[in-house]
Amino acid sequence: MMRAARLRRPPGGWAVAWTAFLLLALLLWSVVYPNAAIIVGSFERGLGDWRDFMASPADREALYGTVVVSIGSVIGALLVGVPLAFLLTRTEFRGRRVLSGVATLPAALPPLVGVLAFLFLYGESGVVTRAVQHVLGLKEAPWTFTGLSAVIFVHAYTMYVYVFLFVSAGLERYDTTLDEAAAGLGASRALALRRVTLPLLTPSLAGAMVLVFMSALGSFSAPYIFGGGARVLATQILVSKLNGALGLAYVETTVLAVTAVIALLVLRRLQGSRRYTVAGKGRATRATLRSRVTRVLLPPLAIALVVLLVLPHAMVILVSFARDGAWTTQVLPPEYTLDNYRRLGTEASLWRPITNSVSMSAIATAANALVCFAIAYVVVLTRAPGKRAIALLAQLPWAIPATAIALGLAATFDRNDPAELRVLLVGTFWILPLAYFIRNIPLVTSAVEGSLRQMDPTLEDAARGLGASRWLALRRVVLPAARPGLVAGTMLAGVAAVGEFVASVVLYTHANRPISVEILSQIRNTAFGTAAAYSVLLIVLVLIITVGARWLEGRFIAGEGVPSANQSQ
Amino acid sequence: MSAPPARDATQRRASALVLDRVTRRYAGNADPSVDAVSLSVAPGELVALVGASGSGKTTTLRIAAGYEIPDSGRVMLTDESGATRDITHESPQRRGFGMVFQHYALFPHMNVESNVAFGLEARGVGKRERLERARDALAGVGLGEKAGRQVQALSGGEQQRVALARALVISPRVLLLDEPLSNLDPTLRQTMRDELRATLRRSGVTALFVTHDQEDAFAVADRIAMLSRGRLLQVGTPEELYHSPTTREVAEFVGRASLLPAEQMSDGVWVTVGRVSLAAPARVAGEPASAANARDLVAVLRPESLALVDDDEQPAWEGRVVGRRFAGGHNVYQVRLESGATVEVMGNGFGAPEGEVVRVRLSGQPLAVVPA
Repeated sequence: MMRAARLRRPPGGWAVAWTAFLLLALLLWSVVYPNAAIIVGSFERGLGDWRDFMASPADREALYGTVVVSIGSVIGALLVGVPLAFLLTRTEFRGRRVLSGVATLPAALPPLVGVLAFLFLYGESGVVTRAVQHVLGLKEAPWTFTGLSAVIFVHAYTMYVYVFLFVSAGLERYDTTLDEAAAGLGASRALALRRVTLPLLTPSLAGAMVLVFMSALGSFSAPYIFGGGARVLATQILVSKLNGALGLAYVETTVLAVTAVIALLVLRRLQGSRRYTVAGKGRATRATLRSRVTRVLLPPLAIALVVLLVLPHAMVILVSFARDGAWTTQVLPPEYTLDNYRRLGTEASLWRPITNSVSMSAIATAANALVCFAIAYVVVLTRAPGKRAIALLAQLPWAIPATAIALGLAATFDRNDPAELRVLLVGTFWILPLAYFIRNIPLVTSAVEGSLRQMDPTLEDAARGLGASRWLALRRVVLPAARPGLVAGTMLAGVAAVGEFVASVVLYTHANRPISVEILSQIRNTAFGTAAAYSVLLIVLVLIITVGARWLEGRFIAGEGVPSANQSQ
Repeated sequence: MSAPPARDATQRRASALVLDRVTRRYAGNADPSVDAVSLSVAPGELVALVGASGSGKTTTLRIAAGYEIPDSGRVMLTDESGATRDITHESPQRRGFGMVFQHYALFPHMNVESNVAFGLEARGVGKRERLERARDALAGVGLGEKAGRQVQALSGGEQQRVALARALVISPRVLLLDEPLSNLDPTLRQTMRDELRATLRRSGVTALFVTHDQEDAFAVADRIAMLSRGRLLQVGTPEELYHSPTTREVAEFVGRASLLPAEQMSDGVWVTVGRVSLAAPARVAGEPASAANARDLVAVLRPESLALVDDDEQPAWEGRVVGRRFAGGHNVYQVRLESGATVEVMGNGFGAPEGEVVRVRLSGQPLAVVPA
């Protein structure tokens, strides 16, 4: 078809080809280059740094710790998330609604804030610890909340939400007549669960396990604060960097990133090989629990769970009103004040992190919206050359722990060198927005791609067939189709960026320190009240972004005259 | 939990199932979904539960299967040993019934033979034996060569037969089928009806099946139980329901019927259209009409109860042909009578174009009379 005449014109046209080229260049420069620099850097002394790594007991311990924490977190999250998902989607009991309302709360805590809450609750001088000590009349704290088990506990507490959400979604789609069929054929509950239900939930389970594993592998704040003497790679990297052993830090980063990619590939394979379309309508049956034991035991258990889940938020809010330095050995802070909040607004050095976080996350997120929309457009709706490479590279930052991304940026953009495409960013304001931007590329791209894949691809052709320019078709047809994913993805990116800690702590300078880093330094000064006030502020920022995104999406829908579910209520 | 023993199909006595005034009420609904339904299925009998959607037939089936527990009433089983027991609260696992679901509920992650063998696996039958028996069962439904296939690769009709084989291989005491034919396209449906009946007959199993399609019920069942709004209206053979319906709803649901107001006299039924009253012998079902309710009766006029006539010696109704359909061997005419009512008339060899004025007379077959 006119092949000869169009020989030189790339599929999709020059504009698309140029966009694809620019995106590919950007991804190569910001995602691939820094990570390649790390790997190259790890061989700067030949195999010397690798030999040091092998020989170092601290590194062996860190590698072991990383694997234990990752696997332990997956097991812990499964143990909490799977039963909870079954309970809340399959059964009806008093208190179910309240419990499902708060079940995802732990995920709403910015990473460092969650850890902080745990410190206030279960740390050596935490409220729960002190209360137990007090009630039992012990001389010392009943437990020391440190080491790998503490880290796994914190991870299970916060990351079970992934498992809960994935398995719940899987169960919602699940055709329960399959369970009835198994029961009717004489299968015991255990056999039906083992042979029918769980195999069919494998994609959901594997998806959640990927998320938990990757999050735990790269987790920094929990091991940093609760690790005690225990080491994991993510924290060890920072230690090596601060000790000036850059080569060793590069080796550690490479090992961490490679572990992450291997784990990702293995779990993805598991996820993909077990995907079935379940035909037929699922009967949404919620069993009312009949047995007397469960009927009596469940409501109090549900209440206890609700309290356990609300406690971290409540604790951070409570401590934010505690006078700094007054809380020493008491169970609860003895003195309360509004000073912490007042000082955040009046003292310039305390206000600075807030403006930093807001402006840096706004810049990064705006860049994410623009670039990721372009990536998704090229990947989903065009036949541009190199689109497979673009799609792959856009997902890559997801597989690489944040510490590794941060160290890569530090290693690459530490000097101006046009010949090597290096720009001096380290020590400037711009290094953090760049880090946030890179970390959130996969998130926003996936969200927009999801929306665009639901769009009928012939719509754009139809618009252009009606004489619309590519630009008009993009604005009037593609953008509206992409909008739900774009709004949701951008919102999540904003939330992640405004509370970002892991990359920040590697790359910040005093001038551009974000809220999370300031929280850490306040904790170091035992200014718990101030740290908690910052945390509450961070939670409020997250709420503003979430509510703002919902409002924006609602306005779009209202503007087009499509009745939205919210308006009719 | 002890699984029911796998029994040998050849020396097994069929079981009987009795529903005794079962009632099931869902929270939030004013009327019960199933209202005091009593029904018995004799050993080896095929009973169809028919009714419009929402009539409670699927809930009744699920009560029989044990997926629903009735608020009141009992489910009784007379099993192969001849013993009768109350299984109202027995779990589906222990009843040893087979069930074919509307969407078949085949396990999508297992291949065809593993699906069929699953019930035997639950009964602790060794792998080699259960696969062998599964293949036999598949051969029995004509799918012997598809044993190793993935269920998702099968057509709708094949999936239905796999579901049937899976339910039959465990030699169920009672086989329950929920709309087993409704997901098939019309041509396939015809064939599958006959196959279903043949397979069920061959296995000798006691079966209760739900359908909203009267033709399915007529083709497969020995007896038909018709439900409406949770209540059982009538149980009987297809002939009984067709010729002697006891209610207007049954008359309208089963077969084609024109209903005309009627009076019942000692000498038969008088049906009046305009000024012309015609009489036919009555096939009175249910309580005989008394003088008090005589005005509230309707006669059930099947196409074959009426005839087109070309003489004008005897009284007949006049009407105009407004439509006709070919019903295999003869035409059925829709005739609009003077009163405005439209009746269907079998046109044995009679040729009348649309729009022609014709005379209609009762053919003399006994008429069913039901309360209006």
